Amino acid sequence: MINKTKLGLAAVLAAGISASAAFAENIKIAFIDPLSGPFAGTGVNGLHQFEFAAEKLINEAGGVLDGKMFEIVGFDNKISPKESLIQLQVAIDQGIRFIAQGNSSGVANALTDAINKHNRRNPDQRVLFLNYAAVDPALTNDKCNFWHFRFDANADIKMDALTDVIASNEDIKKVYIIGQDYSFGKAVAAAAVRNLEAKRPDIEVVGNELHPIGKVKDFTPYSRKIIASGADAVITGNWGADMVGLGRSVVESGYKGPIFTYYAAGSGITAAFGEAGKGAILLVGEGQVNPPVSDRAAEYYKAYKAKYPDGNIDQGRIANVIEMLAKAINEAGSADDVVAIANALEGMEHDALFGGKLKMRAVDHQIIQDVHISAHTDENVTFDYDNSGYGVVSESVVTMAAADSATTCQMKRP
Amino acid sequence: MDLILVNLIDGLVTGLLLFMLSAGLTLIFSMMGVLNFAHASFYMLGAYFAFQISIYLGFWVALLIAPPLVGLMGAGVERYGLRRVHQYGHVPELIFTFGLALLIEEVVKFFCGNDLQPYTQPEILNFTAFAIAGNSIPAYKVFMIFCSIGIFLVLLYVLTKTRVGMIIQAALSYPRTVEALGHNVPLIFMGVFGVGTALAGVAGVIAGPVLGTFPGMAFVLGSIVFVTIVIGGLGSLWGALVASLLIGWITTFAKTYNVGAADVLTAIGFEKPVDLSESALRDLWTLTSPQIADILPYLLMVLILVFRPYGLFGKRDA
Amino acid sequence: MTDGAQTNRSYGGLSVGAVLPWVIGAILLLILPMIFQERSALTIMNQMSITIIFALAYNMLLGQGGMLSFGHAVYMGLGGFFCMHILNWVEDGHIFLPLPFLPVLGGLFGLGFATIIGAFSTRNAGTVFAMISLGIGELVAACSVIVVAFFGGEEGISGDRTYATFMGVEFLKQIEVYYLTAFWLMLSAVLMYLFSRTPVGRMANAVRDNPERAEFLGYSARWVRFYSFCASGFFCGVAGALFAINFEILTEENLNATTSGTILLVTFLGGVGFFFGPIIGAVVFTLLQTVLSLSTELWTLYAGALFVLTVMFFPGGLSGLIMMHVIPLRFGKFNLLVMPYIKTLIPGILGVFGLSALVESLFHLRHSAVGDHEMTLFWTTFDSHTVLPWVVMIAVTGVGFYFARANWPEMRAAWDEANTAPTVGNVLSETKPAVDPDTVNPVAEMQGEEGKS
Repeated sequence: MINKTKLGLAAVLAAGISASAAFAENIKIAFIDPLSGPFAGTGVNGLHQFEFAAEKLINEAGGVLDGKMFEIVGFDNKISPKESLIQLQVAIDQGIRFIAQGNSSGVANALTDAINKHNRRNPDQRVLFLNYAAVDPALTNDKCNFWHFRFDANADIKMDALTDVIASNEDIKKVYIIGQDYSFGKAVAAAAVRNLEAKRPDIEVVGNELHPIGKVKDFTPYSRKIIASGADAVITGNWGADMVGLGRSVVESGYKGPIFTYYAAGSGITAAFGEAGKGAILLVGEGQVNPPVSDRAAEYYKAYKAKYPDGNIDQGRIANVIEMLAKAINEAGSADDVVAIANALEGMEHDALFGGKLKMRAVDHQIIQDVHISAHTDENVTFDYDNSGYGVVSESVVTMAAADSATTCQMKRP
Repeated sequence: MDLILVNLIDGLVTGLLLFMLSAGLTLIFSMMGVLNFAHASFYMLGAYFAFQISIYLGFWVALLIAPPLVGLMGAGVERYGLRRVHQYGHVPELIFTFGLALLIEEVVKFFCGNDLQPYTQPEILNFTAFAIAGNSIPAYKVFMIFCSIGIFLVLLYVLTKTRVGMIIQAALSYPRTVEALGHNVPLIFMGVFGVGTALAGVAGVIAGPVLGTFPGMAFVLGSIVFVTIVIGGLGSLWGALVASLLIGWITTFAKTYNVGAADVLTAIGFEKPVDLSESALRDLWTLTSPQIADILPYLLMVLILVFRPYGLFGKRDA
Repeated sequence: MTDGAQTNRSYGGLSVGAVLPWVIGAILLLILPMIFQERSALTIMNQMSITIIFALAYNMLLGQGGMLSFGHAVYMGLGGFFCMHILNWVEDGHIFLPLPFLPVLGGLFGLGFATIIGAFSTRNAGTVFAMISLGIGELVAACSVIVVAFFGGEEGISGDRTYATFMGVEFLKQIEVYYLTAFWLMLSAVLMYLFSRTPVGRMANAVRDNPERAEFLGYSARWVRFYSFCASGFFCGVAGALFAINFEILTEENLNATTSGTILLVTFLGGVGFFFGPIIGAVVFTLLQTVLSLSTELWTLYAGALFVLTVMFFPGGLSGLIMMHVIPLRFGKFNLLVMPYIKTLIPGILGVFGLSALVESLFHLRHSAVGDHEMTLFWTTFDSHTVLPWVVMIAVTGVGFYFARANWPEMRAAWDEANTAPTVGNVLSETKPAVDPDTVNPVAEMQGEEGKS
């Protein structure tokens, strides 16, 4: 370990970098996500959910390893891969061994690559990467490594579940796929075509296109095409303003069918859709918010809303990350030996707070869990999003989705 | 055929919206010679003010109050910021507005947070005006068209037919002479800046519900406004109108009709490689027009600047 | 540039005054890693070095050539992308290249691309040039997500720098990379400085200030701009290569408008009028971005405010602020300023701290969790929902600014006094060497030029 008690000039830099060295007892988890800039909303909300989960689920229950507490340390990566790598170094220098990140697969790719190199080059300071939301399938396929664990269903798994639902709906004959022009949008499109071909060869893909990410000001021309194609269902992986723009414009232009989405809830999106999205927006994702699965989940959600009245729990898996990490640390009997902790996480089974079972697949470190298809509505909503009166209600569920799906991962274990 | 008509209308809406922004910008440029990088930020302020006002007083009051409010802020910026920087020359002026854009976004985030604001169109306009072959045209879009055309006509009238307009036009070309005639040129500058930013504010009020009200909205629209006035010719109101409509229609049609690069390339005699996955140019072959629709204006701008540096309607070198 | 009129200036010659800053800089680069040993500190310093090279290269256009570019990330980014591909080829054994020489190739790629773009964009200066650079920047950034084969899409492309040892160094440790980066920083900075002293560099100043006059002297303004542009592209490429070596990944962000805009802010913040301006800007901005962002979510707000205030009150940037003090120093009147500075600036700084504390508390009050009343500012923990801290903060702010304002006339007077020559006779000879020739009247410069052409 590097001696951190240097004086003089070093203090200037160190004052910022190792400000919280005093809480050496805590097990620290670095949360590296955008806390400023255009994506700060999602990042800050995620940080709150992490802090709340650590406090509520672990620290209030007495911590791990006989009383060690979890502490979440936020690092602002400005959604830039370069800044993420710098902040990763800062986190490692603070003695942090667990890195949580989720927003942007581009950043996740940079981090998993850098962590793999770091762990190889510095065996005494290895870290684990807890990916809670980056869903690029490559992360658990070609680019998988021993240090990366994904707690969200990847794009392929979600699409597998989503096409199950589409396949069971005989009314859907024509499907239109539209997405943002980058790796995730392309992965969604490819998975949709592949799955539909296998499950319902009679469904015609009447449109499959990409638009520039974050650059489109007006989605009307795309909506016109969707309507002209006579599509019965639309599939999109859009998020953020691109999601709202597309969804609203499609509905306003006169489209009547369902829009299957990945990220159309929370962060103001639910409120922005409001009435227009009712009966149109369907979401695929893990964790069931409405109706609450258990009293424990309902109580957890209520406590969160009491603490953050403007926030939403739109990423129930964050509770899974915290609980499973705690379990793994207890099993390994150490908070420093990340190899032992990783081994404990491999193959771990767990009951999720928001319903269903979880299994961390050992072969590629992809979690297997229930995937829900939920509808955007204002009926039977116990917990709404954005305090808008609207929320998502689970309509159907695929248990242990894609549990035996193939992977190209060739894991190298230390 | 029906789709063409629908696209013409959609393109018109986009174009006119762009025009409301570029009209103010081009006016400011022709007057003061400064490219106002913060122009789109005033558009954002318009949307945010309108949203806050509409919560309490409704959309129509917001439409009346928000633009003057934005205009006042614009005038304040000119009076206390730009005028000060003006003495250092054009580059610091431009950089000042660049920094201002950054600052305005941060201040908006400070007060209103990072999330999308649930700013929606008024109930009264929330119906389908008419439909062409199953494609509905919302009444709000018709309202947007009339609003922008109205503003253009008023602007044109004020600039060409009224005394104020004459003074402004004179101050454009001969500021010294106008000053010598006893007119307060700094006041005119401040007024023009205020009116220009108020126009951006109107655009914000009207476009906020359609294009979304969020902290990044200025950044998304920011550079395209410059592209518009550069293509149209700096300082030309007609140029701004033509360029806005041109961009509106080009992007709309490029998005609607899937012209693939493969079709174009084979049409001009290239042969498509059999196995695309190995080809270094595979991305070129799979390119389609919707993918590049929103970057076409930039390409157009570069080409125009290379071959005709003063833009379509510009009279002087940019 | 051998005419006698200019040999008495410090350029070209190896006088102590000209070499000393470089020696100090080199020594500083050598000993810094001994003070800051953490890996993160080294990473931050590497990032600083890269930004410094990039900003200096940018200032070759903005400060020395008067050309405003809104798409300069393109040249650094493309240089970096090419280098990353080369790195991967070398790793696969296709070619052989020791890692320390990679920046040369990066520079050449940057140069090559700048030559292509510069061929048509440097025809005009001013707005046309700025807008073409904006357009090219947007187009290349858009390409970076569309052309996956070369740019790797959103994930970018990554590589491994530790493919071979060079003179026993494997570049596995951060410190080895630091010295590699520092070496290239030193070399690039010296070369860029020397470039600004060549005839082309001098003519760039002339073209910036009065292109017509330069044309009358027989120089083609366009070609002078073109040469500056290419040289700038070369050093951007070097910075890109160093980025590839440091971070081992290049992504779309290396090309996008945000990076282009940031480098403009960095350069202007440091000051475009002096060669060393961008260095200060890069150091300050990297610290803001990386270290301040650890302490507060509002760092962009502060950065934005700092930037706007700099443009409004110190258009010469931070370096201009420093160089303002050269004249009082020459006159030996600097001591006159010390007391007024203390009396004005300390309350002023106090006021700024108070204000930022108010801003932070307001932010906390608005956005913190319900029941979470505690916050820590300046090593003090307090409850933001009670009145007392607010009273204290408002009082500190008010008192700070009040005294700063009250003492302002005194400082102003002292400043004027300090800038008045002790005896009128030796003003001219005293002030001349103090001011960088880049900023003062390049017309006078050109008069020396006239004889030659």
